[in-house]
Amino acid sequence: MLNQTPIWKYILVVFVMALCALYAMPNIYGEDPAVQISSGRNATVTEQLIPGIQSSLDSASIVYKGIEYNDERILVRLNDNDTQLKARELLDSQLGEEYFVAMNLAPDTPDWLKAINAAPMKLGLDLRGGVHFLMEVDMKSAIDKAFEDAIGDFRTQLREEKIYYRTVRQAGDNIEITFRAPEMLEKAQFYLRNNYRNMEFNERDDLTLRALFTETRLAEIRDYAVKQNITIIRNRVNQLGVAEPLVQKQGGERIVVQLPGIQDTAKAKEILNATATLEFRLIDQNGDVRDAVNGRVPARSQLLYDRNGQPVLLRNDIMLTGNHIIDANSSTDENGFPQVNISLDSKGGSKMSNATKDNIGKPMATVFIEFKATDERGPDGRLVFEKQEEVINVATIQARLGNSFRITGIDNPKEARDLSLLLRAGALIAPIQIVEERTVGPSLGAENIKQGMLAIQYGLAAVLLFMLVYYRAFGFVANIALLTNVIMIAGIMSMIPGATLTLPGMAGIVLTVGMAVDANVLIFERIREEIREGRSPQQAIHFGYDNAFSTILDANITTFIAGMILFAVGTGPIKGFSITLMIGIITSMFTAIIVTRVLVNLIWGGKRVKSLAI
Amino acid sequence: MKFQILKLKETVDFMKLRFPALVLSTILILGSIGSLAVNQLNWGLDFTGGTEIQVSYPSGANLEKVRQDLAGANFPDAIVQNFGSSQDVLIRIAIRDDLPKEKIGDFVVEALKAQDSSVQMESISFVGPSIGEELTEQGGLAMLVALICILIYVAMRFEYRFALGSVSALLHDVILTLGLFSVLQLEFDLTVLAALLAVIGYSLNDTIVVSDRIRENFRKVRKGTPIEIINISLTQTLNRTIVTSLTTILVLLALFFKGGALIHGFATALLFGVVIGTYSSVYIASSVALALGISKEDLMPPEVEKEGEDLEPL
Repeated sequence: MLNQTPIWKYILVVFVMALCALYAMPNIYGEDPAVQISSGRNATVTEQLIPGIQSSLDSASIVYKGIEYNDERILVRLNDNDTQLKARELLDSQLGEEYFVAMNLAPDTPDWLKAINAAPMKLGLDLRGGVHFLMEVDMKSAIDKAFEDAIGDFRTQLREEKIYYRTVRQAGDNIEITFRAPEMLEKAQFYLRNNYRNMEFNERDDLTLRALFTETRLAEIRDYAVKQNITIIRNRVNQLGVAEPLVQKQGGERIVVQLPGIQDTAKAKEILNATATLEFRLIDQNGDVRDAVNGRVPARSQLLYDRNGQPVLLRNDIMLTGNHIIDANSSTDENGFPQVNISLDSKGGSKMSNATKDNIGKPMATVFIEFKATDERGPDGRLVFEKQEEVINVATIQARLGNSFRITGIDNPKEARDLSLLLRAGALIAPIQIVEERTVGPSLGAENIKQGMLAIQYGLAAVLLFMLVYYRAFGFVANIALLTNVIMIAGIMSMIPGATLTLPGMAGIVLTVGMAVDANVLIFERIREEIREGRSPQQAIHFGYDNAFSTILDANITTFIAGMILFAVGTGPIKGFSITLMIGIITSMFTAIIVTRVLVNLIWGGKRVKSLAI
Repeated sequence: MKFQILKLKETVDFMKLRFPALVLSTILILGSIGSLAVNQLNWGLDFTGGTEIQVSYPSGANLEKVRQDLAGANFPDAIVQNFGSSQDVLIRIAIRDDLPKEKIGDFVVEALKAQDSSVQMESISFVGPSIGEELTEQGGLAMLVALICILIYVAMRFEYRFALGSVSALLHDVILTLGLFSVLQLEFDLTVLAALLAVIGYSLNDTIVVSDRIRENFRKVRKGTPIEIINISLTQTLNRTIVTSLTTILVLLALFFKGGALIHGFATALLFGVVIGTYSSVYIASSVALALGISKEDLMPPEVEKEGEDLEPL
């Protein structure tokens, strides 16, 4: 008998539908306004904080829905936006700077769904509200700086080696070194080739030597400039109180920064543009720290604190500032102890060398200076930045230091990593510029969701009605498939971690609803044709599905190609559109071909049917 | 009771009209290209670069006042218009060199807030000049790559004449849609570009269905000239073509009227594209394949391989 469904196909359909429906479920539960507390630089969030938070919320009579702890984060769920704002202010002032307190929307997913890792769809910034920045690193200045350093280096090195040159200067993409005598050029070439492996040298004529960076070195410079900026931006974004910030490299020289839910974009920009710097200073060993703490700081000295709150008395003279640092990274020394290696540019090297030659055996402190935004604004309307200085390391000068030196005696590898990160953050960075900004206010985001949902509902209703009237019983089957399709899209969008729903993405779903029925229309029209040609109902169903299949496949594959290209070249919202379009194509093939077939077989298959309601 | 859009007993002679259709399409294409050359496209912010600020005045916006306020705040060239409703205002400011580019949006909001504190910032978009250029380049490239990929796929699955036929139909649709945007001076932004690619997808869908049937009939119908076979195929698929266009147009109308102002351009491009795409799959794709001399021999299966045999029947 025709049109029987094998049992495995029932199981497949039920399984796929149940899975998608299950993962689509978290979207029905709403979101709670929440305050999120995460670990700062010096403190870790533990469960021990919870009682304190509870009592301070209680004493301020802020009603909360619940407090959760996981992954070194505490989440306080609240009932509405007003109390969320109050709770954030309260907790921010109470917990101090050791912790980051941010506002967030926490999905209200029940525990049993969380247990299977089900989570609602991620909403794009156009639906959620927030800021998207695209920043571009000024590579020209990063590379110019490298040139400058190399030129300075060449001058000192050649002088030290007693190789006499006339000039060293930058000429386009090259450094040109001119000599008075060809022998000097020979010597210089030999010396430089051996010492600068990451540069290429060639003679332009008897008296001119040309040097240029190798491609690998240039790539390194660019990569470093971007990474350094990313590190700094990540540090600063934490100040903004954003719950799920995204800071990511895009292409060769750009950085994407996404701050969901933030409203004061002007503040965000100012904070992102603030500068951090670094100073190396000697410790004042003559003064008394206890006196200083009590207010008697010696002249020409300054009292600062380290990250553990221990006072350190420093001399006012600055040995070296951070803008001479070229690179800093952590590693382990020959004995396996953690250390931080620092490279300086040529000017920095000679400064350091001068400053340390008479101070061997004395302790030297590294001071990190950051400008943190206060919540006050000055008379010109600009944010007031507060200078914050902190001693991040104290080390004894073992020898006269030069272009590169290392800090040892660090307790553990994590600390070494943190120190190198701070050193890099305080180094001179390649300037960065905002090349694209998209800010969406929260009310517009909510409005966009509303309109998108409305369009989906109306579109769906219209198509469902049309199919029911036009294809009757078979239309009903197609409608079940269409509804399944929408649930599957929601389920799969929620399952894929990187998929974000945007307004164009919602438009994609609407479009899919309209086009998904195409497969069923093809099949049903084919069945009608087969009936007209005089086949029996069972045969008509059988051949209808069979003959329509390759057409459906071809038609969908070509649309899928268009979707893939959109995904490859599109950004942000357009990517969102292409994702829903592609997912929609796959799910609609499944529902329109397999799901309807199973239903059709279930209703009409294996029976004596005189006529079909199609 | 049974509904059917068209009850066709006889084969409709679509191809009789292929020369008038060709003339019509040629005129429309030339008109579109002419308009694109003269009026060009009204490029949106995504492509031109600049700053766009959307603000809302809860008690209704007075555009003239907004213009004056902005002129007073050193933005005399600001383009101010309503956006979606009478409360929402869209302000567009071209790239300027005298102000920090990325701060213009904040300046504008501040200036408006100073005059009327009830105004609310809804969105700020700033696109730097380099980004706009890149997008234009990428958009053009996307379109080209899409067409080439589709050409290759269709050529592989069918025959090069069908491939050329469907790609001509796609080009036809894209040019006419661009022409519409140029003639009406509708804003062409990224979402419209996405819609254009969706139009390509849709129109292709239609073309493939028709081509598939033509191929099938070439193999099945023993007698008949290519013109007759194409007519038979078009008649057989006509109902499906109309029904699918209808459901798609239904959802697009929902999108157009309910989706909000941001999606307007997208819905407009698709609505127009779907209509044109339906027409082109009937007239352009088949006519081109016919003009290139498609014949029965070209479509005979190369081996005993049945279409879709390697795929499991569902």
